Amino acid sequence: MKSLQELEAIRNKTLDTINLRKDADATRVVVGMATCGIAAGARPVLTAFMDEVAKRNLQHVVVAQTGCIGVCRLEPIVEVYRPGEEKVTYVKMTPDMVGRIVTDHIVNGKVVDEYTIGFYETNNK
Amino acid sequence: MMKEISLHVLDIIENSIAAGATLIEVEAEVVHAEDRLRVSVRDNGRGMEEALLRRVTDPFVTSRTTRRVGLGIPMFKAGAEAAGGSFRLESKPGEGTYIEARYRISHWDRPPLGDMAQTMYAVVMSNEEIAFTYLYTVDGKSFRFDTREIRQTLGEIPLHTPAVSAWVKDYLLEGIEALYGGV
Repeated sequence: MKSLQELEAIRNKTLDTINLRKDADATRVVVGMATCGIAAGARPVLTAFMDEVAKRNLQHVVVAQTGCIGVCRLEPIVEVYRPGEEKVTYVKMTPDMVGRIVTDHIVNGKVVDEYTIGFYETNNK
Repeated sequence: MMKEISLHVLDIIENSIAAGATLIEVEAEVVHAEDRLRVSVRDNGRGMEEALLRRVTDPFVTSRTTRRVGLGIPMFKAGAEAAGGSFRLESKPGEGTYIEARYRISHWDRPPLGDMAQTMYAVVMSNEEIAFTYLYTVDGKSFRFDTREIRQTLGEIPLHTPAVSAWVKDYLLEGIEALYGGV
C-alpha cells in the first residue's frame, strides 16, 4: 500500500537530483478538456502524456489542459509548444499516438506530420 | 452522452477550474443497503448569479465563447434523472458552486461510476496550483485523498516530478480499489 512516508522518501531522493526548472523554457503539451474533448476521449490521451513523460523522466515538459479549442469535430486535440518554435496541433488523438509524439517531436524535435491538423484537413476533404 | 459518471465529474471539475476555484472537493458515496450512489463536486470558484443558475441546465446556455451550446451540465442532469435519481445545483456569486447527482444503483440505465482514479489523476497533475480532495465512501468505509497533505510532504518538489506523479497515480488506484464499491 502506498503511504505518505513513501512519498517523503521520494522527496528526499528527488531533492538531490532535481533542477527546479523554470517553466518558461519547457515544452508545453496542452490537451483540450471541454465537454466535447472529454466525450471524444481526451482523458486517456491526457493521462497517456503524463505517464509517458514520467516514464521517460522528461524534466522539461509540462502537460497542461485547456477548454474548448474550437474545432470540436476533430477532438481530442493536443497542442505542442516547443520553446522558440511554432505551435503544432494534433487532432483525433488516441492514447496509442502519444508515444510517437513524445519520442519524435517532444524529444527529437521532428513533428509527426500525419497526425497534424494540416495533414488531416488536406487528406479528408 | 458520457460513458461513465467519472467523465461527467471530470467535465464538471473543468467548469470549476474555469470559474477560478482554488479548492475543489469531489465525493462519491455508495450505500448498497439503500440502493443509492451520490456523486458531488464542490468548489470555491466565482459562482453563478441566480439568473444564470436557473438557466444553466438548458443546453443552449454556456459560458464558452467558441460555440453557443453547452452540454456538460444538461447531460449530467439528464443521465441522473433517467436512472431514477436526482440532480442538485447550488451556487452563490463569490462563494462557489455545488453540484450533486444521485442514482439508484440497481437502475438499468445507471452509468458505471467508472475510473475516478484517472479523473482525479488527470486534473491533479495538470492543475498544480489548485487543491483537490476526493472522498470515496463505500458502505461506511472511506478513502480520502487530499493534495494539500501531499503538498505539505513534498515541499518545493512539483507534483509532476516523474516519481511523484507515479506515486499519486498508484495511491489513487490502490485506495479506490481497496474499497471495491462494485458500482
